Amino acid sequence: MTLDELKPGTATVMKDLTASGALGQRLLDLGFYPGAEISVVRNAPLVDPVELELDGYHVSIRHDEARHVEVE
Amino acid sequence: MSRKNLLVALAGQPNCGKSTVFNMLTGARQHVANYPGVTVEKKTGFFRTDSGRVELVDLPGTYSLSSYSLEERVARDFILQDRPDVIVDVVDASNLKRNLYLTLQLLEMEAPVVLDLNMMDVAERRGISVDHEGLSRHLGIPVVPTVGKAGVGGKDIKRVLDEQAQKEPEKFFVVDYGVMEPHVQKMQSRVVARMQLPESYPSRWVALKLLENDAEVTKLVTADNADADELVREIERLRSEFEQEAGIPAERHIAFARHKACAGICREFMTLPAEKKASLSDRADRYVCSRFFGPLVLLAILFILYEVSIVFGYWVAGEVWPVWGALETFTASILPQPGFLSDPLLFGLGTWVVKSTTAILNYLPIFFLLFALIAILEDSGYMPRMAFILDRLFRRFGLHGQSTLPLILGGVYVGGCAIPGVMATKAIPDERARLATILIVPMMNCLAKVPLYLILIGAYFQDQGGLTMFFIATVTLFMALPVAKVLSLTVLGKQPSAPFIMEMPPYHLPTVSGVLRRAFERIWLFLKKIVTVVIAVAVVVFVLINFPGLSRERMAEYRAKQEAATATFMKAVDKTGYKGEISADDVLPMILFADSLKDAKRGITDREKAAAVNTSFQQANPVYYAVVKRKGADGKKLNKAYKKVVKLRKKLRREMRTERFESSFLGVMGRALEPVTRYAGFNWRINIALLSAFAAKENSAATLGAIYGIDGSGSVQESMKAGEAGFTPLHALALMLFMALYPPCVPTSIMVRMQSGSTKWMVFSIAYQTLLGLAVATLVFTGGTLLGLTGFQAMWAFYALCVGATVVMAFVPDRQPEKVEIRETCKQDC
Repeated sequence: MTLDELKPGTATVMKDLTASGALGQRLLDLGFYPGAEISVVRNAPLVDPVELELDGYHVSIRHDEARHVEVE
Repeated sequence: MSRKNLLVALAGQPNCGKSTVFNMLTGARQHVANYPGVTVEKKTGFFRTDSGRVELVDLPGTYSLSSYSLEERVARDFILQDRPDVIVDVVDASNLKRNLYLTLQLLEMEAPVVLDLNMMDVAERRGISVDHEGLSRHLGIPVVPTVGKAGVGGKDIKRVLDEQAQKEPEKFFVVDYGVMEPHVQKMQSRVVARMQLPESYPSRWVALKLLENDAEVTKLVTADNADADELVREIERLRSEFEQEAGIPAERHIAFARHKACAGICREFMTLPAEKKASLSDRADRYVCSRFFGPLVLLAILFILYEVSIVFGYWVAGEVWPVWGALETFTASILPQPGFLSDPLLFGLGTWVVKSTTAILNYLPIFFLLFALIAILEDSGYMPRMAFILDRLFRRFGLHGQSTLPLILGGVYVGGCAIPGVMATKAIPDERARLATILIVPMMNCLAKVPLYLILIGAYFQDQGGLTMFFIATVTLFMALPVAKVLSLTVLGKQPSAPFIMEMPPYHLPTVSGVLRRAFERIWLFLKKIVTVVIAVAVVVFVLINFPGLSRERMAEYRAKQEAATATFMKAVDKTGYKGEISADDVLPMILFADSLKDAKRGITDREKAAAVNTSFQQANPVYYAVVKRKGADGKKLNKAYKKVVKLRKKLRREMRTERFESSFLGVMGRALEPVTRYAGFNWRINIALLSAFAAKENSAATLGAIYGIDGSGSVQESMKAGEAGFTPLHALALMLFMALYPPCVPTSIMVRMQSGSTKWMVFSIAYQTLLGLAVATLVFTGGTLLGLTGFQAMWAFYALCVGATVVMAFVPDRQPEKVEIRETCKQDC
């Protein structure tokens, strides 16, 4: 299952990252790593992007990017 | 012995409070510039410790130190090449786990680090406690808790800096990469040993970077190496060897290992509160980012921004204007005195340059308010929310959520300025969207375009004034959005596009000093860059509109008229008691005397003060005073003749100016362009006005005024209507649309160059907007004429066309549906 399929208000644990290159690097830098606890806070008024909570801080990414994060 | 000058770098992730620590340490002594050759801001400050002077360099805030972004490369290169004596690494104590990720990388680079545990107050409020002594022992570096906002801990940092500068760093904390360790050793011994590395590049760090497949470091190790190809092959082999063994890409394993190390450290030295409660920011975001209230809050904030900066700003600018006016008067007074017909070159050029500069300085209050408001939005943390709400909408047109602010500043409705708009694009992380934004901001309706709109609406759309204003104010956005999409699909297609990953920091209350400091910094940067350019351009334009000048014969004709006028005046003198006292040589000094009397009394409302000025002028020259102020029987008599001379001088000067203007280089250009611009409905007079507007948009209205020969009497629209008999509303519509799409004025072009980092984009932005403007004006004028439309009909036909184009472009898919991977984000020509 990938992160973009999750509904706002749900929480999960990250399993793997399928992005490489700049996108992969950025996500890694921000703390997307296996075992990280992620909760989906809310979608933007026009659905995209989505706001996540990760390790106690908030980050927003587009659904396109969330597709590269595998979750349990 | 301590060194006299200590070089200290300030590193940290975004939103860790680095700027407040920087300000806490340096106070007011700081300096902003750009890193050599790149557009990244470089802030330097100075302070003293007990043992000497410290130079503090604020590195760009980065999450990591890879080579994927310009900021990261700048920060990394500074650490490696300038070798700072100490690096103060600022971390957010309430978000320690993620922040340590950068710390570990700094230690990996074997840099002498001091850890600044900042925002301790926030951490405490959330019930987080950190064992900073234990952390210090574990990492082997000093750890200083601070509250940058309140100025707590600054002394401790300075003390630690003194201590650190005097001792060599002993041992660096090493991240254990587990199964990768043998490969790191292999890379170190095999590859790194074969290269001539600068001493400042630690071998373990280089080995890790090579395993990470870091483009810059690979380039570094293969440069100047005879068997570079073989080296690259060996690096590749070692990388794939690991990937096969571990079943995971090397760079991912490295990052995972670092995160694991951070998590381990946090488990050991940080205590989290037993129960997590929703913070104030979370609760605020429930409304600020919600589907319904989010857009409303956004609109309200934009409205306030507009009201304060543009509406209130213009009022303040009006209040400040006398200062710039005084500057103009002062310059005029120290330059050689003007003549009867033509002025000395130095006088003409001097007043022209000062006037051009004050025209820009006039915007200062507006910019200051804008910069302060933007600083408030940035410091409060609202900016990312704005991007969050609007990203989806803007992305359809190749823009970015963060394009909102630049467009607002540029004047989405009416009234704005492209200069701060282009400046504000700095924050957009996606290079393609950033360039697209830079290129369309000048298409917004800046305030300087408004006078021309008003003249044309007043003259040709009087009955539909409101609707026409609405048309021109909103059609620009519907022209800009499809253009942005087309640009990003074509010329910008190759530009790197970055993923949208944005931290949403908790809200902070901005401090007054922080906001003011930022606003002053930006104003100063703006002044330095813009004013010098404006002066240079003013000189060029002055030459273009004043030379080659009038022919000798024409000059002689004008002079004859002057002499005739003087002779008439002398005849009048002979009839009064001033006979013999006033000669023909007194005419010009008398006029100048009257002018300076007027200047001296400008702005004086107090009757006593005005009388004092009168008395001093009367004492200085009783004869001139009597004539100018109609004192005594003779003075009254002669004043009539004097007024006639003054009027004739004005008339002659105006005629000469128009004539000189028409035969000037610019005038010749205007005529030469006529065959092209004819289809857009512009004759050479309009061409001249448009050409002169390139220096600053305000010029268009002023030039039209000069061409149609008015000096304060009658309005421009009346004289224009009278002067251009064949003009129809269709002409006016074409002209308005051309003005809307008009190329950026000179200061904006300079800003485009600065922000895009290349002259190429500046030239492109000027060229495409000129062509587009001409194409649109031609389409509307020639098309409208052929279809037999009135100006008003053509207006709405065009409006429908633009809205249609916007809707169509919104559904055109991006050329690359898959994300482009950035290997480099190079803002230079490379």
